Formats: sequence, C-alpha cells, structure tokens
Amino acid sequence: MTTEISGVIATYGITLLLAWPLSRYIVKVFRGERTWSDFMAPLERLFFKISGINPKEEMDWKQHMKALLTINLVWFVYAFFALMFQDKLPLNPDGNPGQSADLAFNTAISFVVNCNLQHYSGETGVTYFTQLFVLAFLQFVSAATGIAALIVVFKAMKEKTTTRLGNFWDIFLKTITRILLPLSIVIALIFIFNGMPASFAGKDTVVTMQGDTINVSRGPVAGFVAIKHLGTNGGGFFGANSAHPLENPNYVTWMTEMVAQVVIPIAMVFALGMFIQRKKFAYVIFGIMTIGMIGLLIPSMQAEIAGNPAIAHMGIQQATGAMEGKEVRFGAAATGYWSTVTTIISTGSVCGWHDSTMPMTGLMQLLGMMLNCLYGGCGVGILNYYIYIIIAVFISGLMVGRTPEFMGHKLEAREVKIAAIITLLSPFLILAGTALSSWVLTHHPDANWAVKPTAWLNNPGYHGFSEMLYEYTSANANNGSGFEGLGDGNVFWNVSTGFVLILGRFLPIIGPVAIAGLMASKKYIPESAGTLKTDSLTFGVMTFAVIVILTALSYFPALALGPIAEYFSL
Amino acid sequence: MKHDNKLFPKELVMESLKQSFVKLNPKLMIKNPVMFTVEIGTAVMLIVALYALFTGNREQGSAAYNIAVFVILFLTVLFANFAEAIAEARGKAQAESLRKTREETPAKKVELIGEIFTNEIKIVSSATLRKGDIFVCDPGDIIPADGEIVQGLASIDESAITGESAPVIREAGGDKSSVVGGTKVLSDHIKVRVSTEPGESFLDKMIALVEGASRQKTPNEIALTILLASFTLVFIIVCVTLKPFADYAQTPITIAAFISLFVCLIPTTIGGLLSAIGIAGMDRALRANVITKSGKAVETAGDIDVLLLDKTGTITIGNRKATNFYATNGISSEEFIRLCALSSLSDETPEGKSIVELAGKDIVNKLSVSGASMVKFTAETRSSGIDLPDGNRIRKGAYDAIKRLAEREGFSFPAETLAKVEAISNDGGTPLVVSLNSKVQGVIELQDIIKPGISERFDRLRKMGVKTVMVTGDNPLTAKYIANKAGVDDFIAEAKPEDKMSYIRKEQNEGRLVAMMGDGTNDAPALAQADVGVAMNSGTQAAKEAGNMVDLDNDPTKLIEIVEIGKQLLMTRGTLTTFSIANDVAKYFAIVPALFVASIPALQGINIMKLHSPETAILSAVIFNAIIIPMLIPLALRGVAYKPIGASALLRRNLLIYGVGGIIAPFIGIKLIDMLIALFM
Repeated sequence: MTTEISGVIATYGITLLLAWPLSRYIVKVFRGERTWSDFMAPLERLFFKISGINPKEEMDWKQHMKALLTINLVWFVYAFFALMFQDKLPLNPDGNPGQSADLAFNTAISFVVNCNLQHYSGETGVTYFTQLFVLAFLQFVSAATGIAALIVVFKAMKEKTTTRLGNFWDIFLKTITRILLPLSIVIALIFIFNGMPASFAGKDTVVTMQGDTINVSRGPVAGFVAIKHLGTNGGGFFGANSAHPLENPNYVTWMTEMVAQVVIPIAMVFALGMFIQRKKFAYVIFGIMTIGMIGLLIPSMQAEIAGNPAIAHMGIQQATGAMEGKEVRFGAAATGYWSTVTTIISTGSVCGWHDSTMPMTGLMQLLGMMLNCLYGGCGVGILNYYIYIIIAVFISGLMVGRTPEFMGHKLEAREVKIAAIITLLSPFLILAGTALSSWVLTHHPDANWAVKPTAWLNNPGYHGFSEMLYEYTSANANNGSGFEGLGDGNVFWNVSTGFVLILGRFLPIIGPVAIAGLMASKKYIPESAGTLKTDSLTFGVMTFAVIVILTALSYFPALALGPIAEYFSL
Repeated sequence: MKHDNKLFPKELVMESLKQSFVKLNPKLMIKNPVMFTVEIGTAVMLIVALYALFTGNREQGSAAYNIAVFVILFLTVLFANFAEAIAEARGKAQAESLRKTREETPAKKVELIGEIFTNEIKIVSSATLRKGDIFVCDPGDIIPADGEIVQGLASIDESAITGESAPVIREAGGDKSSVVGGTKVLSDHIKVRVSTEPGESFLDKMIALVEGASRQKTPNEIALTILLASFTLVFIIVCVTLKPFADYAQTPITIAAFISLFVCLIPTTIGGLLSAIGIAGMDRALRANVITKSGKAVETAGDIDVLLLDKTGTITIGNRKATNFYATNGISSEEFIRLCALSSLSDETPEGKSIVELAGKDIVNKLSVSGASMVKFTAETRSSGIDLPDGNRIRKGAYDAIKRLAEREGFSFPAETLAKVEAISNDGGTPLVVSLNSKVQGVIELQDIIKPGISERFDRLRKMGVKTVMVTGDNPLTAKYIANKAGVDDFIAEAKPEDKMSYIRKEQNEGRLVAMMGDGTNDAPALAQADVGVAMNSGTQAAKEAGNMVDLDNDPTKLIEIVEIGKQLLMTRGTLTTFSIANDVAKYFAIVPALFVASIPALQGINIMKLHSPETAILSAVIFNAIIIPMLIPLALRGVAYKPIGASALLRRNLLIYGVGGIIAPFIGIKLIDMLIALFM
C-alpha cells in the first residue's frame, strides 16, 4: 500500500514540477513575447489570411462572447450531422452505424462543451472519422475555448481601465498552436512507446489462452487519449475509458494521463499570478484549491484502501482494498486518486468504475463536481472560482466597512446580480434535473417514450438515486464521467442532460467574462489601508468558506438521500 | 440636546408593536423579498393548521404541531417587522425632538407692499411664513424659521439644536449669516429672510427619509438584496426538488416540515434586519447631530479615501497667537514689547488681540492711545499700525512689507532679525516684523496652536485608509510645518477656494472618494463636487444646499465620526449576512435528519445534535430562527463596533465572531431549545 501511495504523491509532484515552467511559457505566449514556438507563426498568419480575420483588432467582452458562442454553434452543427451520417463517411472499417438524432445531439453537445458525457461506446458508436475529425477536433477546440475565455478575464483583471481585451481569434488559435498541439504530440509519443495503438486498421482477432476467439477494437488511440487528458475532456476512445488496457496499458501511461489532465489547470493558476502581476493572489488560490483537493482525496483513498465493510462483515480479508470495478495494474489507492482528480478537474475519464467505489468515495466524487473549481477544467476551473471570489469579495468587503472592491474596481449591483445567477445555476440544473428524473421514475415508471424508467437503474434505493444525481452533476460540471449503472442511452437522458450541458457550460463562461469586462471598464481605484486585501490568507479562507458553505447548503438534502444514506447503511 | 441612549424606550416599543402588524400588508412586505416569502409560508401554514384542526386529519401531523409551527412563523415575520418599526420609531423620535424646537411661534413678519418691504411689522404664526418672507427678531425672540440674516448682527443661543450653551454670533453678509428656526436671539436686532418653504427644511427631509416615505435603497443595499434573493431562490429550488426526491425514497414529508426547512434556510436573520440596519445608520448620524439628505450619503462616507479639512478650527484652535517677542539688538526687550502692544491696542484682529494678551496687563495698563490714529491693514501695504500724537509711526507687518518700508527710508534690515524671521518661518510660525518710524525694532512670533488629541484622530483615520489633507491660506513653509506637527498626510497651502475644487477633482480622477466640510458660499462648488460634503449649520444657505449633510454642531472634526458611522453601517450588513448564512449549517443538521429519519433510520447518523424527535427538531430550528431576530435587533441598531486595525485584521476578527460564531451558536441554541421542548412533548 505504501508503494501505491508513494506513486500517487510522485505523480502529483511531477505535475507541479511541470506546471511551473508551463505557466511561465503560457504567460509569455499571451503577452506576445518571443518563445520557442514562434515557428508556428507562419501557420497562424496563413490561417488569418484565409479567414480574413484581423488578429490585431481588439474586442470588448461582448464581442469576445459573441465570437465564442458563434464558433461553438458552428462546431455543434458540424458535429451533429457528422455523427448522424458517420456511416456514410470514410474511415469506418468496422462498419459502425450512424447515431440516432437524440444521441448525436447529446454527443455533439457533450464534446462541444468539453464534457464528453458518452452515451455510446467508442467501439461501436463512432467511426475513426468521427473519433478523429469530430471528437478529437472538439477536444482541442473546446479546451481552447475555456482557456481563451480565461485569458480574456486575465486581461480584464490586469488592466486599470479598459474595454479592449485582445482578439478572441488570436488568443484561441494560439492556445491550440502554441499549447495544446505541441504538448499533445509529446504525450501521444509517450503513449505510443508504451503500447497504445495508433492505426486506422479495424478490429483484430485474437485467440485467447482458453482458446476463445475474440475481436479486439483498435484505432488511432494514442493521439486521441493525449488531448482527451490534456484538454480535460475525458471522453474515452473505448467504452471502458482509461480502464481499457489499450487506452491505459501500464503505470507509465497511468502517470502520464494523470499528469496531463492536471498540468494545464494548475499552470493556469500560476499563470494568473504572473499575468496580472499578483503572484501572492495566485498562490493563495492555489493553496485553497489544493487544500480542497486533499480534503476530498483523503476520505476517498482511505475508503478505497480500507475496502468494503459489507465484504469485511462476511469475514473476507481485503488486503488490496476495495477491488470491485478496479484494474489490478493500478490498485485501490491509485484509482481513488484518479477518481478525485478526474472529478475536481472536469476531465471525467476513469481508470476504474465509479459505480463500484465506496459510498464515501462517491460522495467525494459528487462534491468534486459540485464544487468544480478545485483547479477545475481547462480555463473554466478558475472562471468558476472567480464567481466564488466575487461573492466572497462582496460579503467580506461589507464586513470591513467599505463598498466592495476587487482588483481596484467597485463591485456593484450589476456584477453581484450576474454572480448570483451563476451561483444559482448549478443547484438549479443539478437538483431540477435529478428531481425530474426521480419524478418520472416514481410517477411514470412504464413510460415508453423514456424507455421504461424502471429499467434505468441497475441498483435500487440510495445507490440508484446517486446514479441519477451523479449524471446531472457530471453534465452540469461538464465533467463527463458517469456513475454508470444508469441506462442513459435513451431520449430522456440524451435530451435532458443535453440541455444541462449547454447551460452548465456557457453561462458559467459568460458570467465571469461579463463581470470582469464590466469591472475593467470602471474607474480604477487605488488601494488604501482600508481596502480589503484579496491576496491575503484571510481572504483565501473566506473564499474557501463561501465555496464550502454554498455547496453544502445547496446539495446537503440530495446528498443525504444518496451517498450519505448509503454510507450509514453499509 | 439630550440623547436618549436607551434602545427601547417604552413609548416607542408600543408604537412599533402596532407598526409590526401594519407592515404585514403584502404590498409593503414585497419590498423585502426574503421576508415576503416567509409571509407566504406563514399563510400556507395557517391553512394547513386550520385544515388539521377542523377535519382532524392527522396526515400533516397533529393540529397542535401545525398551529405551533404557524405561530412561530408568524412571530418570525412580526419580529422582522418590529426590527424595522423600532428603527423607524427611534429615528423619528430623534428627528421629532429636533422638530419640537420649531413649534409654532409668533413671527414678526415685515409686510410687503407691492415689491417693497415696508417697516410695518405684523405678528403672524411661524407656520404661515413662506420662502422669501422677511421677519425681524429682537432679544428674547425665538427665531420662527430657517433663514439668512439680511441686516444686522446678533448673538444667538443655539443650544436647542446643538446642545452647546455658549452663544454664537451671526451677522448679515459673509459666511455666518444663517440662522435656524427654534434658536433664540440673545442680543441685538436682526432682519432675516426665510430660506425654506415650511415642511421642506433639512430636518423635514430627514424625517421623511427615516419614515420610509422617501427612503430609497442604497446601491450596496440593492446589491445585497439581490444576493439574498438569489440565496432564497437556491433554497426554493432545494425545497421544491426535495418533494420528488422524497417520493423516490418513499418518504412522506409534511407541509409543515417543508415550510420550516425553507424558512430556516433562507437568510431571514439578515433579511429581517436589513432595513433596520439602514435606518439605524441614518439615526446614528442624527444622534451625532448630523442631518443627512440621503441614506446613500452615509454609506458613501464609509468609503471615503480623502478628507479635506480646514486648518483653522479643525486642526488648530482658532487663529494664530503671538507666542514670543524678539527685539533687534540695541533695543530693550521691554521697550519692544511696549511698541508691539501699543501698535495692537486698537487692532481688533485675533492676532492683534493675542499680542496685547501676550504683552501682559502690567504693560498694557500703562499705555494710552488717545489722540493716536489707527492705520488699518490693507492688501497693498500688507501692514498695519498706529500713528501716535507725538509723531511716532509704529508699523507691524509681513517681513517683505516692512523690509520695503525700511529700505525706502534708507535703513537696512538687521541681520539678526532676518535670522529670527527665517527661524520662525521654519518652525511653522508667522513672523510679524515691527518698525518704529520705518526702522526695524524686532519681530513677533505668531504660532498656530494644534488641537490636543488631533494627531491621534488622524492616526486612526490613516489606519482606516483615509488620507487627510489640510487646507490653509498659509504659505507652503508654514503649512508644511503644521501638517507635520498635526500628522496630516498632505496639505494645500495658500489655498484659494478654486484650489479646493481642483484638488477634489484631481483625487476623484484618480478614483478616490473625497469628503470635505465647509460653510462659506465660496465652498459651495467644492461641497457639491465632493462625494461627501458636510455643510456647517452656521454656514450659508448656498453651502447647505450644495452639501449632502448638515452638521448641526458646526464641529469641523465631525467628518471623522461620519466616516465611522458609514463604515459601521456596511459592516453591520456584512457581518449579519455572514452570521445568517453560517447559521444554516446547524439548521440543516437539525432538519434534514428529522425529514427522513422515519423512513431511512440510517440517517440518524447525521443527527449529530441528538435531538429528541423529528417534531422537536423542526420546532427548535424554527424557534431559534425566529428568536435570533429580536436578539440581534440591539446589534442592528447600535451597529457593529468599528476598529481601525486594517482591513485584513478586521475581516479576520469579524469572520471569527460572526462566521465561526454563526456556525457554532445555532448548534448550542437549537440543542437547548430542543431539550426544553422535549420536556413538554
């Protein structure tokens, strides 16, 4: 067990070591300084020349959001039709069929919003063409969308008074050419050398030692898995995600995938401090996020290592921890770590089945997604944290007897209104969604249009409730992991989660950008002794308290009926 | 004025209790979204309770239990209304006591014939006076209305308004021409023009503000209301979605439990006290004898970054005083002092008087100025003095003026006196050179006396983050010296009225909020430009119109108090919001297990307070939720104490008291109430 825990600590350590130089590099790229990656510049110029975009044209926050939403809509339409008609498109050696309209709707949205909630299995639901040119493509651009939105907020926070916040297309393209693409290539190479497939050939046939003949799916896996983690997307090439031996062959790939999904979110926190030249502010945020992560991680790993008490009651020893639904090559502790990281970061890839984890771990996974701001997804994690900062600034500003100010700008009714709506949104989407499914399940158990809700849940009772709660939580957090055990491949779940996905993605991006943009256009107020210091530890603790209490208050009754009730019943 | 510091005087409580019921009117309640939802919940509970009572149906719990829940919820609404009512009543009582001074008094109105004021005087009631009317006052008269002296000078007893017993001088023209209704003329005869229509004086405006008729929410209050409304919405979502969740878990939840959960979760504590806090802020300002024209002004005062203070009267006591005589070599000290005193005997300026004072009675009593002619100060000569009957001419004035005078007559300026002049200037003093027949005799040192304790107050302001700026007509050298000695951060020397204005503009352009105090008509533009402009009540009408507060005490240091009142107002809102939200944690631990434990016994595990039964748990949570409102009314009215210890330390302190305290207190409170109820159930 000590080896397993040291492996976890080493993985986190490597992540930090890599995040630091990466953050410096990111800051250089977005400040427009010279970097080694300037060889990409001609490619970028070509792109702008063809598209007729002037990358020097400065935009205000509204223009940024207009550009962001427009291009996202284009991608959605493209993905929707490509998925529906993928059987007519090339690169389909296994002859997989086109997706139904509701499944294509859900899949397209889910990849556009960086969620990757997969209501299909990679082996049968998509083709190599859609895997590469729809899904992997969206994994790049959706991650870049989040980062670009965050850079706009960085620029707004940095300036004293301005409405000119850079050019969206310029920021967006550079995110891909300078950050995501080069890093993905390196990661993909590591994967290939560790045995991950990268080919366009169809299924292979293998005769096992028992003498059975089985078909093994293959494909261009390595490149897909690289951006899947780097872009905190999490959608698996195969149905079994990173528990699949060809998607995560050994401990080296396990560590690489683990590092890849956390490195950008952490680097963005450091980059925040460097970009706006308030390093202490970023360190405090990093500290609070890390404490939050450890707070979720320890109970999870402890529960997984200790094993299932129900099995222990039967007198069976569990020396390796709770092994149901886990891969032997990773073990209980590592899977516990992965499950925490993948839920706090909005990746949502899995290396073991969350449905089989202990109720305590399930609770932590849910909390991780409900908070959705401990490091968080590419760009969007800090955007979510930003909203909590605004609420904390407002309350603590009043507490020190001054009209609240943040980064030298007054926080007034308009900004508070936006922050309040965004805070309200998550509980609304998660609870209303779960309430809807619970209501359909109890009152229309045999509705044919919803493919017989009685058949949805593999498990009755609290665990079944957790499955539904998890699905909406995952959709709202744009996480994409599933508790599984939920029959979600039907119209009801495809459509309802689809809408949760859209709202849960774009409003929490628009909100912080709008607040930051509005604030940046206000008069700059120099700091005085009476100004609340937002880079102090005290303020960090205040933000943490706001995050914890708001989350607890919103979800406590729902969690009580799910994982908490299950925990106390075991 | 006597300030009644009792929080709940009996007669106000009775009136407020009545108002608590009047305010139940949904039209009034809807202004406060948090309490409005509680009122709806209470109405629903009334129906449920009546249903249970008359049908005997036990599906929703016993009638007694439902009635109990209804009564507690009803009390919650009443308590919140009471908080607002008592704050209003206190503010109103305070304002009324000021208004009492201006009850109907006879006014000696000067009759107007056509366009011309005659000398005909008619006794009319003060209530009939209109703006522009002219009345006269003789010794012993109560001034019938606010106005400006157009003719004459009088000493006036303003103790009815300010509580200050020493009479003040008011005279026509200049900045001391304003008189206030209700004050008493002690001597002399004045003619006054009425400056406000009846019912439109500042006091009347203030009373209207407190009463709520014209009370508008301040920007911070609006923002906070939005935040509280969104919390309320979150809890509506939590409670509504709980129904299908409970259906899934096959747990019936009673309406009483739903409404109790909802009412406990929404921020009723701050919601109930919010308007009381705002009114109490204005009331505290009024108790400090400051009349505010809007609630916003008080709030803005808390944000002030820069404070402009006049040197004279604020930082220094009155005017400069003579502190030393330095005779030129060859002239006896005694002779020099005699000359100085002689030159100042008929000099009525404060400096002149202080020279005579310093010279001492022994010398002064021997002097005589009969037959002498006084030479007044002019801007041209920049000196004053006396021509004695024996032909001697004594002059005193600024260094360069006397130097010019001496040199014209062929005398040189003595080196040792020049050295002294420089030394005095470097010490922040004002040198006054004295000459006899154009020959320099010596120099008088005039010094400013800095008010005791003023530098501590500036220190306190600095810790609050407020920069203090001294405004003075002195030369830069003197100004710098006094600024250093008094501990102000910056100064404007040789200030002309427009300098104040441009300084304010400059600071505002850099994003700072500026407060200033003024009384003269030439202060009016700056008062209007400043974010917080406090006009002295003794000031001109123009100054009072331009500012957004009026200080009845005419106390220039009042600004410091106003800043603290503003900060207190915001802090009280912030801390009570924190307290209110923090309370919810304990309430959840009381109610959630109570909701589900019947059908999910495992959830007994989260009943960490070990409450007696689901009913007692719910009742004790709502009771705690209700009684915390009246318990916090004193805090809301008095305001959270402001300590100038820096923003971070202040946040830490308030987080500890109201955040951590807010989490712990309800655990203890609910448990105690539960133990008490368990005795009866």
